[in-house]
Amino acid sequence: MGDSMTQTTRTDAAGPGGLRARSGAALNEARIAVRELDFYYGAHKALKNINLDLPDRQVTGMIGPSGCGKSTLLRVLNRMYSLYPGQRATGQVLLDGQNLLDVGVDLNALRARVGMVFQKPTPFPMTIYENIAFGIRLHERLSKAQMDERVEWALTRAAIWGEVKDRLNSNAMGLSGGQQQRLCIARTIAVRPEVILLDEPTSALDPISTLKIEELIDELKRDFTIAIVTHNMQQAARCADQVAFFYLGELVEVAPAEQMFTAPTQKRTQEYITGRFG
Amino acid sequence: MENPQSEHIVRSYEEQLKRLRELVARMGGLAERQVADAVNALIRRDVELASEVIGRDGEIDALEMEIENFCVRLLALRQPMASDLRLIVAAMKISTDIERIGDYARNAAKRAIVVSQQPQLGSLNGFQWMARLVQENLKDAMDALVKEDPATAERVWGADAPVDDIYNGIFREMLTHMMEDPRNITAATHLLFIAKNLERIGDHATNIAETVHYALLGQNLPEDRPKSDASAYTVVRPPA
Repeated sequence: MGDSMTQTTRTDAAGPGGLRARSGAALNEARIAVRELDFYYGAHKALKNINLDLPDRQVTGMIGPSGCGKSTLLRVLNRMYSLYPGQRATGQVLLDGQNLLDVGVDLNALRARVGMVFQKPTPFPMTIYENIAFGIRLHERLSKAQMDERVEWALTRAAIWGEVKDRLNSNAMGLSGGQQQRLCIARTIAVRPEVILLDEPTSALDPISTLKIEELIDELKRDFTIAIVTHNMQQAARCADQVAFFYLGELVEVAPAEQMFTAPTQKRTQEYITGRFG
Repeated sequence: MENPQSEHIVRSYEEQLKRLRELVARMGGLAERQVADAVNALIRRDVELASEVIGRDGEIDALEMEIENFCVRLLALRQPMASDLRLIVAAMKISTDIERIGDYARNAAKRAIVVSQQPQLGSLNGFQWMARLVQENLKDAMDALVKEDPATAERVWGADAPVDDIYNGIFREMLTHMMEDPRNITAATHLLFIAKNLERIGDHATNIAETVHYALLGQNLPEDRPKSDASAYTVVRPPA
């Protein structure tokens, strides 16, 4: 797809009085702005000239076939890729005006601002309480009372407090899959990030646990900017204000969810979401 | 759609969508025939043909029910998106429009039987012409769906004004007949209703065109359609 196409769609989507987000309100100002981003796994170019805004306190859904680059983009947004040699990004990822790709960026601080939750729940083999407190201690020095308060806050926001408040000292590995995933979300928000990245957060969960996570996402977007990668189109339709479709490392189309799922403008998007990808 | 769509990965789904199109096209074809036969029955004073029209309306109603149930099933089981979603929603709306068209045709046929027992009231050329225009619009709207041709849909949507013009003419003509001789009132009143039925059929054809346009492109046509039915304000003064 030509860049001009992608660019036009994006501008339209954000324009005043133009297309509306799922909630009926216009898309907000960008919290993260990706500009001319290229990404390489060694010699392989996995992302090609990506330009995308993540609107503040709204949900951006990222869809596309396996290997299209959507998870790669998430890994760029909190510099996860920097853990691996041979992977590099060029262009800009602006968080409040600061380019996250700059060499001098403090990665620990960045990952507190841009938190991530993975496909499989990854609780630490320690108590529920410690799962939450562990991350907070890396970034802040809190008194016991403050820490108790923060742990309760995070578990409450992640809609799991009621289920675990009587067994905070039990091992987190004993929780169900859905509970573990909400615990991981609690762990992420405990350090009060600005942006939460969710990489297929419900693909290992049953439908009811999935709905609980989706309800949670709806709740969390009041305070956090959220990006969610999902293979479930209905999930993107249910959760996202804005949806971006990736194919072969390109951003083909980005539009408010309502438009994306009723009348996408690009043929490739149309074919993918209706199940005609050849 | 400008670019013909490739096939769905799930073949049974593709076949169901195809079947939906066929059902809607069949229903549209049936309605076209009902309109044509109702007006022919009127013009030829053919009571038998009019009775056939009345008897066949049940087929259209049954098709509407079948399409509606089929669409609900597709929505529930396939979670359609984008163009598929638009097609299914459009099929439901179009079948409702066609069902109404069928009712108007049946009503016109019933009145044609009454009119055939009354003295002839001048020429019925206006009816013939009007019927031809609304049939063409209906046919083109349905063809636009089958051939995935939004330009035709848009043309039909904007082509209702001549129908309204003829209707206005018939309206005045019938009022004049009634003023000339009160014995004309029965036939003239039924003819007025028939003309109104045809005019309404024309409106439903433009609705269908509008829906087809949305189904194909995902864009709505403007809210204000060109209209020229002025009969609501028409006054015919009796000769002095």
